[in-house]
Amino acid sequence: MADVAVRLVQLTKRFGGDTTGRRVAKYVDDANADQGFLAVDHIDLDVNEGEFFSLLGPSGCGKTTTLRMIGGFEQPTDGRIELQGEDVTYLPAYKRNVNTVFQNYALFPHLTIYENVAFGLRRRKVSDADVKKRVTEMLELVELPGYEARKPGQISGGQAQRVALARALVNKPAVLLLDEPLGALDLKLRKQMQIELKRIQQEVGITFIYVTHDQEEAMTMSDRIAVMNHGHYEQLGDPEVLYERPRTRFVAGFLGVSNLLPASADGRDDRYANFRLSDGTAVRVPIAVIQDRAGTLALGVRPEKIRLLEEKDESPAGYNRVAGRIVHASYLGVSTQYIVQLKDGHRVTVYEQNVTRATKAELWSSGEDVVLCWAPEHCFVVEDAGGMAAAEADRELAAVV
Amino acid sequence: MTAGATAQPAPGVATRPPSGLAHRIDRLLLPLYTLGVVSYLALPVLVMILFSFNDPTGRANLNFRHFSIDAWLDPFGRPGLEEAVFNSLWVAFGATVISTILGTLIALALVRYGFRGRGATNMLIFLPMSTPEVVLGASLLTMFVSTTNLPFIPQGVLFPLNIRTILIAHVMFCISYVVVTVKARLQNFPRHLEEAAMDLGANEWTTFWKVTFPLILPGVVAAALLAFSLSIDDYVITSLTSGQTDTFPIYIYGASLRGIPVQVNVIGTIIFASAVLLVVISTLWQRRQSFRDFSSTRQVE
Ligand SMILES: Nc1ncnc2c1ncn2[C@@H]1O[C@H](COP(=O)(O)OP(=O)(O)O)[C@@H](O)[C@H]1O
Ligand SMILES: [Mg+2]
Repeated sequence: MADVAVRLVQLTKRFGGDTTGRRVAKYVDDANADQGFLAVDHIDLDVNEGEFFSLLGPSGCGKTTTLRMIGGFEQPTDGRIELQGEDVTYLPAYKRNVNTVFQNYALFPHLTIYENVAFGLRRRKVSDADVKKRVTEMLELVELPGYEARKPGQISGGQAQRVALARALVNKPAVLLLDEPLGALDLKLRKQMQIELKRIQQEVGITFIYVTHDQEEAMTMSDRIAVMNHGHYEQLGDPEVLYERPRTRFVAGFLGVSNLLPASADGRDDRYANFRLSDGTAVRVPIAVIQDRAGTLALGVRPEKIRLLEEKDESPAGYNRVAGRIVHASYLGVSTQYIVQLKDGHRVTVYEQNVTRATKAELWSSGEDVVLCWAPEHCFVVEDAGGMAAAEADRELAAVV
Repeated sequence: MTAGATAQPAPGVATRPPSGLAHRIDRLLLPLYTLGVVSYLALPVLVMILFSFNDPTGRANLNFRHFSIDAWLDPFGRPGLEEAVFNSLWVAFGATVISTILGTLIALALVRYGFRGRGATNMLIFLPMSTPEVVLGASLLTMFVSTTNLPFIPQGVLFPLNIRTILIAHVMFCISYVVVTVKARLQNFPRHLEEAAMDLGANEWTTFWKVTFPLILPGVVAAALLAFSLSIDDYVITSLTSGQTDTFPIYIYGASLRGIPVQVNVIGTIIFASAVLLVVISTLWQRRQSFRDFSSTRQVE
């Protein structure tokens, strides 16, 4: 069991409302407007030593607030923050062994790059010789040697980003907090910095807690991700697990494209559970996939996992087969994206690599009847708390994408 | 499609080709206007400087007779003038230091903290700026006189009036201007810089001196210059709170009844030259330190 770098216990933040209600808040209904806005809602979380951990979620879900409480810029309404086993909940920011890379970099405009990076060391009365050595080392690590004498106004956004990183890392914090640090960079630089950040993290071996609303960014870099929504996380796990086995409709929709079909349980044998889709088709799902999911369930399958066949074609033994009709095809070069309508009206997205079919004559076109087939192991099952929640999640997703 | 698009004039570019006469008037108008404004502002000053080199017959320095540098060689050559000038400098200096320190602290409190009475303080700060000076002066006078009835303020502190009461009066009206100036600088202050400083291990005190203060310094300097210039040429409030003490403006007013001596022009010229010098220096300094402009800190959100 790895050591825990940061532990959050029932961490809660409520903005506005009755500020004296620290004790009261916990017992009051969330909908109670007098009690202000619940930005972070009783989060329990362990971040391991040396881990690249991401908080992923749509704008306004409480990522920044969580990070700011860990950094010491925001007082929790309730709960506890432990840093390497020590309770730091009420410690001021400057007494925590944690450093932050701010989204807007927050470089000191009146100091040179050298003095910016040296700022933390100077506060700890490190000798001039040591400061020089460590600042130089750090600027090399972020590939900015020779920029010491410049002012923050004289460097580009990408460089400012690296300085901000160097300024935080030079202090060798127990944990580095990063709040959408690549948000202001253009796409190309962003991709480059993602790889760079991961390299630096592995090189220095410091725990990173990374906040982002970009699922691709989180998946590229993270060891583990917590997918946040409405002030708490809905699922926590490795990127692959979150993608292949999302627990909730929200997680399934937030990480990549997913097809969710309402399904009702229809018995099970020792390895597979049987479900019936609303058009009556029977579908098999490995029992292991269902785990402890309970309540109303929906069946999911990722678009790239589905193969399209003709009615007469054989599918591999044991595969799920569902009939549908192509309603839309868009050719994307590397692949083709189809929208297929099932008999009950549900629409399913399918990505097909342009390998076996590549020319226009070979590709499927609108109006053709097809059979969708996929391996039972490629199914996932999400808890689907009724149409209301589903519709809401979809709307939120539409707002994000 | 592309041809049609390129044929469109770019927005903001005049479509009317410059016609001969209209174009020439356009080009003349701005320089003429500028010249007019500059002369309007500069002429009185030039007259003051010119007449500091006059050698008038009689008392009144109203007609230019002979060029002379007599007055420049003996700028304090009138009884009471030297004392008045140094009183003015002393008051201006004291009022600047005190009002800049207090005003900056008030501005910080008003911008940074929510406290009971903050709204009222914000309003009160504007009072000295919006109340007629005569009213302020008269009220101050009444207040100073009435302290004679208070057992805990000894005679001679606030009454009889003296240079101390001038100083108190000047601090009072200078503070408003300092608060307003520094507040403007603080209003768009990027707070995340202070959070960054704390994040890097600086406590509140260090954060203030290493980050906040250097960044608001241009505002504080501007406020101090403003306070100094307001104090040194104040007449109305000073005349009501000065008692027997003369300041430079009071001396001039007194002298004007008999005829203003050339030395007044000399000292006026020196004050003007120092002010210009200060403005030039502070402009150069600000330009060199243009990074202190918050626009150079990246603001993304
Ligand atoms: N200082 C504040 N006062 C009031 N509400 C706030 C404050 N900071 C954040 N919030 C609210 O808390 C919620 C979470 O904010 P934030 O943590 O910034 O979200 P995220 O970083 O995930 O976009 C948002 O709805 C936001 O409006
Ligand atoms: Mg945020």
